[in-house]
Amino acid sequence: MRAFADLIFALDSTNKTTAKLDAIQQFLRDGEEKDKLWFLALFTGKRPKRPLTTTLLKLWAMEVTQIPEWLFLESYSAVGDLGETIALVLPPPTQTVERTLSEWMTDILLLKDQSESEKKAFVLQAWDTLPAQERFIFNKLLGGSFRIGVSSKTLINALARFYEMEESAVAHSIMGHWNREEVVFDLLVKGHYSDTELSKPYPFCLAYALEKELPDLGYRSDWQAEYKWDGIRGQFIKRDGEVFIWSRGEELVTEQFPEIAEALAEWNGNFVIDGEILAVREEQVLPFSELQKRLNRKVISKKMLSDVPVSVFLYDLLEYDGEDWRARPLSERRAQLEKLVAQNPETSLRLSEVIASRGWEDLPTIREDARSRNSEGLMLKHLASPYHSGRKKGDWWKWKVDPLTIDAVLIYAQKGSGRRSAYYTDYTFAVRRDDELVTIAKAYSGLTDKEIQEVSRFVNRNATEKFGPVRTVKPELVFEIAFEGIALSNRHKSGVALRFPRILRWRKDKTVADIDDIEEVKKLIPAST
Amino acid sequence: MLTFTDKGIYCEPGQFYIDPWKPVDYAIITHGHADHAKWGMKNYLCHHFTVPILQSRISPDISVQGIGYHETISRNGVKISLHPAGHIIGSAQIRLEYKGKVSVVSGDYKIQEDGLSTPFESVKCHEFVTESTFGLPIYRWQPVATQNEQLQQWVQHNQEQQKTSVFVGYSLGKAQRIMQALKDAGPLFVHYSIGKLNRAFEQIGVELPKYEIVDLREDVKHLDQGIVIVPPSLLESKVIKKIPYMAHAICSGWMQVRGARRWRSADAGFAISDHADWEGLIEAVKATGAEQVHVTHGQTAVFAKYLNEIGIAADVVPTEYGQEEEEESPEKKEAQS
Repeated sequence: MRAFADLIFALDSTNKTTAKLDAIQQFLRDGEEKDKLWFLALFTGKRPKRPLTTTLLKLWAMEVTQIPEWLFLESYSAVGDLGETIALVLPPPTQTVERTLSEWMTDILLLKDQSESEKKAFVLQAWDTLPAQERFIFNKLLGGSFRIGVSSKTLINALARFYEMEESAVAHSIMGHWNREEVVFDLLVKGHYSDTELSKPYPFCLAYALEKELPDLGYRSDWQAEYKWDGIRGQFIKRDGEVFIWSRGEELVTEQFPEIAEALAEWNGNFVIDGEILAVREEQVLPFSELQKRLNRKVISKKMLSDVPVSVFLYDLLEYDGEDWRARPLSERRAQLEKLVAQNPETSLRLSEVIASRGWEDLPTIREDARSRNSEGLMLKHLASPYHSGRKKGDWWKWKVDPLTIDAVLIYAQKGSGRRSAYYTDYTFAVRRDDELVTIAKAYSGLTDKEIQEVSRFVNRNATEKFGPVRTVKPELVFEIAFEGIALSNRHKSGVALRFPRILRWRKDKTVADIDDIEEVKKLIPAST
Repeated sequence: MLTFTDKGIYCEPGQFYIDPWKPVDYAIITHGHADHAKWGMKNYLCHHFTVPILQSRISPDISVQGIGYHETISRNGVKISLHPAGHIIGSAQIRLEYKGKVSVVSGDYKIQEDGLSTPFESVKCHEFVTESTFGLPIYRWQPVATQNEQLQQWVQHNQEQQKTSVFVGYSLGKAQRIMQALKDAGPLFVHYSIGKLNRAFEQIGVELPKYEIVDLREDVKHLDQGIVIVPPSLLESKVIKKIPYMAHAICSGWMQVRGARRWRSADAGFAISDHADWEGLIEAVKATGAEQVHVTHGQTAVFAKYLNEIGIAADVVPTEYGQEEEEESPEKKEAQS
């Protein structure tokens, strides 16, 4: 497993993309054919079913090391990863056996039909032959996720460079169905088993945040205003009767949205459309948290399909009847898109509504009201604009609603996992209710690394208990928490839940006496909910 | 015999302090790291080798007496002797004997022999004061020979890619260990803060590998493909980024954990420490045969709880140690720099 371990170690010990790309290319040169296929399978989520539970792994590790459970848990909370904790607490191996990744995987696949004692014998034997770094990888291979230091985008990028191909073509080649035992690595990547041209997406056109006053944009009539949605931006491709859905992360997500794929299949014509996947029930767009329930699942159950129904709001037409329309003005593309929608059966594919307003004057009010539709604000697109590749200033603007904010005090802190396991990065905040503090939100993001370190230091000095991962801290640090929505809920003691809470800034100028009162906070809840 | 006061560890019959953090009349110093050797004491007692370090770090004018290991002096009826702690050059455990009772204050220590400092020596006692910086079973150091090989291989790998190797390690102790490990791996350059301490070592007869002092504010072209050692305070500064085409590695016990390595976003992290690992701490405590153990800094609650569970009475005593670079958990260290 040496070559693979070296790769993982290299990927893991840098956050420089170029160094990661180098490491992958090195492995592509040196790795054995079978190992490369396993590598690709593991890193694209084609992981075999976990043959045993992490609870068993933990028990066996405690048995081997004779560590009491509380001490194991303390270690776990300092490391933030179970596989790594086990790898570190085990005594050094007494034997060495050099086996390839695919040899290990073959044995791991066999475990599924074995008895618990056979599994245990195999695992203990393996632990005793592997040094800590490889042991960690072995534990990762056994269960849990295998996401180490590299996104699928980086992987695709590395393959594209190595094979001198386009990224979208690589993505298409490796995303589809392929069986490790039936393919040749080189041919697989080169698209030998799929037609990459057919699925090829275009780069997305992206907008900048609005940075001028509306009248400075010129005539209102030159601009198309739409709601900005918080879903999954995608490209919806139908060519030669085949349907592909790409996410903005250059991932093929066709299988995750079978109802959309079906709707596309029912449509006539060949086209590439830019749009947004949203959870929609009874004409109401649902918050992103609903849509999120459908993401990163291997199987989309029937229940899931009915619990979280999805629609696509169609924004733009990039290709029609085999012809690239991106250079044509938006007005023309939109007209053709409308025609296309009108010609086809009514499905979950619908036009993104164009907001009618005569002058600029009405738009601020419409924007303010966007939140009630679960929209993030407005998009302003120049009617003469082409469909740019990537981010270009001037033609498309996003104009988001300002977030809601409250001042709250930090009362619990927990260490992060993985990269952040050395620091307190997960915080719980409280607001006032009479004389007590009631929790209102958890937030993980918004502080700089430096600030996280400073908060961690405060937590170390002001924590009231000493064991376990969660620390109760003296209520002293006040933060401004931004969020996108608020509703009644029993998730937190305060009786309200915030949508997308994040730390806007550390209010060092404020004390706990200045934090918000829950009754004031509740006034932010829209009347309809 | 020992009481734990807000000034430091106090020996009442002897009327002196060990590693106090507030000014006192008479202080015995375990070693030269800044959290153990503070300024403002009227008189200092320490190992010979620690004398130039105190003079260099605190002031050349301090009143300081140096003695050798195993040499005994007496103060108000308390017999005092120093015993190697293996932490850094000159580091000592302080053995106190009064009316037949023996207490040992170990300061910081490590069991592994680093080839520079006098190896740790176990001292039997009734009462033992121990650190617990790496008091979790996840901390287990590789043998020193293996650690050295890893450093050498990393340098070689960098040289193959025409890169300069930059090591980040504490200037007193760690830097000299890195130098020792890499003495034949390429030209050694050290930051001037490390050079200053190297000179203190050379004064007392410690032989260090050949090195050159480098000022990173000046032209750095000559460092190309060499080995540069800098203190952790430079990690965040732009100075090391000035070195063209370099890879940098952090050498610290904290680097044992992946999350800590990734957080620091260095090109490499080596778990090399001047503190005892988990097994080392337990081995050291057991070997003293002490009836009572006081845990001073680090994973205090965890380590004391575990000692009690294995039948060794232990409690946690509050101190201000652990502010030194490596003893600090990464979060504290960052906040300071």
